[in-house]
This record gives sequence, structure tokens and C-alpha cells, in this order.
Amino acid sequence: MTSQARAAVSLHGVGKTFESGTVALRGFDLAVRDGEFVSLLGPSGCGKSTALRIIAGLSAPSQGAVEWPVGEEGAGKIGFVFQEPTLMPWADVAANVRLPLELAHTEAPAAVERTLARVGLADFAQAFPRELSGGMKMRASIARALVTEPQLLLMDEPFAALDEINRFKLNNDLLALWQELCRTVIFVTHSVFESVYLSQRIVVMTPRPGRVFTEIAIPAPYPRDEHFRTSADYAGFCRQVAQALSQAMGGAS
Amino acid sequence: MSARTLRVALPIFVLVLAVAAWHAVVHVFAIPPYVLPGPGLVLSTLVADGGLLWRSLMVTLTITFEGFLLAAVGGIALAVAFNQWRVVEYSLYPYAVILQVTPVVAVAPLLLIYLPQPLAVLACAWIVAFFPVLANTTLGLSSVDHNLLALFELYKASRWQVLCKLKLPAALPQMLAGLRIAGGLSLIGAVVAEIAAGSAGAGSGLAYRIAESGYRLNIPRMFAALLLLSLAGVAIFFVLSALSYLMLRRWHESAVTRER
Repeated sequence: MTSQARAAVSLHGVGKTFESGTVALRGFDLAVRDGEFVSLLGPSGCGKSTALRIIAGLSAPSQGAVEWPVGEEGAGKIGFVFQEPTLMPWADVAANVRLPLELAHTEAPAAVERTLARVGLADFAQAFPRELSGGMKMRASIARALVTEPQLLLMDEPFAALDEINRFKLNNDLLALWQELCRTVIFVTHSVFESVYLSQRIVVMTPRPGRVFTEIAIPAPYPRDEHFRTSADYAGFCRQVAQALSQAMGGAS
Repeated sequence: MSARTLRVALPIFVLVLAVAAWHAVVHVFAIPPYVLPGPGLVLSTLVADGGLLWRSLMVTLTITFEGFLLAAVGGIALAVAFNQWRVVEYSLYPYAVILQVTPVVAVAPLLLIYLPQPLAVLACAWIVAFFPVLANTTLGLSSVDHNLLALFELYKASRWQVLCKLKLPAALPQMLAGLRIAGGLSLIGAVVAEIAAGSAGAGSGLAYRIAESGYRLNIPRMFAALLLLSLAGVAIFFVLSALSYLMLRRWHESAVTRER
């Protein structure tokens, strides 16, 4: 391949029909470049979470295929952040973050410490999940996803349950991490504002069955900060994406 | 008065009231001790027959403890087997239920025919106690957070890792609840079997003492033995509750005081 950025993962004509008969995805195509920050944007039930689980290998596509670059099998290089923090309540933060290493029988205490410091939880290694705030739980969850240094980070509406102040803060910290680590991120969200703030490219999806309606590039430079959030550019992108989303939903506003 | 003081003070007040009423009834109506002994006589019998009753208590407690241990190991092991192999669950679950719903009082005489007496008593304690452990642990093992299961799958965890690092810890609260019930039930099982065996003429446990004292119209000793038995039950409950609290206090909502 001679293109300047090689593919991280691509989906070709992926469809998913559940046993109940619900068609979650149909003819879903997506190509994500290495190091890219892509958002899948759509209303609840448009199959964006399903697409993410198919990429992660947690769910098998009914039609189509997921393609990885030659020599790189997807799993093991993937970090996944769920909508809920999904921490083990009986284990402290350090043990939760250590879990992926433990399951692979690798010992890397330094990696746990380093990752906790990256997400700002260095002082909370011994705390139990129930002792943490919602935002801190999500940080621990992100640390767990990053501890194996994955090539690809999949995030399924991770900040949907947080208040706006925490969400903005985690948005900024996530962007900082992304720039520092240069990993590929696929971010599922139903928030126009969040997707515009974070992404290089937004994939707008249609509901039931989910497929790609359109793709919108957000060519604003990084690092993005609160100035970007209040800029006219940002407002313009949001308007453009919101219009696309409303068309994807069938034109009704 | 704070809620905490009330929780201690009120039961004690009720106890004092009941004992006083008991004493008054015995005294006022001059009830003979072979019909109803007063509280004072029961206590002095407890002291006078202390050695005998204590030895009997130890016999009953040993059987209770052995029955409980077998129930815990058997119940948890069977629950894990149910969880890992559906064939085992489908094959055995109905029989576990049948064993549970058949009254142990009715089973005990049969067991005494086929098994040597100590073993029969132990079997009764086990039969009564293992089901709550099995049922609760099974529930705990199967109600693991689906996303956590997905996470383990993502990192290609082995079946063994999923069981040890996810399912068993997640099931711990339910498992401990089952054990707490099993503790009291294994005492009941042991007592029932001893009483059934007692009529056959052998045994030296506390329940046998109750039966024997009944035949001899030694009612004060009956009461003393009964008192010891119920204190033993209370002690078992507290020990298991404390164990449960110690194991869960860092993380489970049931063991954590709510902050207001």
C-alpha cells in the first residue's frame, strides 16, 4: 500500500440481524485509517453500538466482513470502553486496570501505574469503584482499555451518563491522550456537539436498519480546547452535522 | 434515644418482661416444675447439669458444623458444575429440588435404617442445608454483568479465568447469603435427625437430651437444653453474618452503611 495512512480496520457490507428478527445493520461500510479519530453518530437504536461490538469481535456479522491489515488480527490490540464504567466492584482501581494484563498472563506493574497517572487516577489506585465519582469510574475504565497499549480504542457512548462539566473535561483529556498515544479511536455517540468537538470525521448513520448516511470531515486543527468549543467554526460544523442527522432520520426535524 | 440504643434496649426490655411474666405465672398459679419450671429453676438446672449438657452441645455442634461444611462445599461445587455444564444442571436440578421439598423429618427415620446413626444424622444436616447454598450460588453465578463478560471475552479469557476472576467473586454476596441460611438449617437438620434417632435409643446430642428428658419428665433440663440449642443457633447466625460482613464490607452495598 502506498497511501500515506494505512487502514486500521474496514467493514464491508456488514449486516446484522438478531435472533428476534431485528435488523440492526444492513450494508454497513466503514474504513478507518490508522491513527484516526472517527465518530459514529446516530440516534439510539441505529446499530452504532452493534457495529462497535462487531469490530471488537464480540458479535459476529450476519453478512459482510471485517477486514484487518495483513498480519494484524484485531483482538488483543483492541481496547473497549462501555457506556457504563463496567468495573469489578470487588477489586480496587489498580486491580481493575491490571485485569487485561492478568488475563494475558503478563506482569507489568509499571504499565498499570503509568496508565493510572495518564488518566489522572494515580492517587486512587487503592480505591474501590464505589468510592469513586461517575467521572472517576469512567477514567478507570479508560485506563483499563489503554493498559494493553491497544492500536484501536473503541468507545461506546462512554460519557453519556456524565454531567456536562465532567463530560467536557473528559473530552479534553481524551483528546490529549489520543494525541499523545497516536492510537485509532472509534467513538460512538448520540451527541452532535461531542462528535464535532472530538472527531476528525463523523459518520452519520440512519436508524433501523443502520447504514452510513453520510460522512462529514471536521477539518479543525488540534489541539482543540474551550476556544474551539465557543468558536463560530464549531457552531458551523454543528449546524452542518445536525442537518445531516435530521435528514438521516427521514427529514423530519 | 438514638435508633441504635433502641435496637439493643427494646429486645432486652421484651426479654425481661417475658421472663418476669413467666416467673409470675409459675409463682402465682403454683405450677409444679414437671409441668412448667420457672426461669430460675431452668437456669440452676443449666448450671447443675452443665457438664452433661455441654458435652451434648458439643456433639450436636460438631454434627452441625460437619453438615454445614459439607453443604457449603457440596452446594458451591454443584452450583459451579450447574453453571459450567448445562447437562449437569438439567440432569440434577429437579432432584435437588425434590430433596429440598421432602420434609427431612420424614426422611430421617429412613436414613437411620440404612446408615449408621452418626452418618444418618450428618446426612440430614446436609440435606437441609445444602439447597440454599446451591440455589443462591447458582443465582449469583448467572447474574454476572453482561458487559464484564464481554470484556473477559474481548481479552480472550479462558473459561477457568472467567469462573475464578469474574463469576465466583461476583457471586460472593449471594453465596454468603446462602451460607448464612445454611448455618441455621444445618442445626435444624442435626436436631431433627437426633430426635428421630433418639426414639431408636442411641445418641448423646442435645436434641437427644431433650427427648430423653421428656420421657423422664425432667422438664427443667428440657428447657435448659432448649435454651442452649437456641443460643447455639443465634451464635451460628452471628458468626456467619460477621463473616459475610468482613468479606463484603469494602465493596458490596449490603455491607456498606449508607451515607446521608
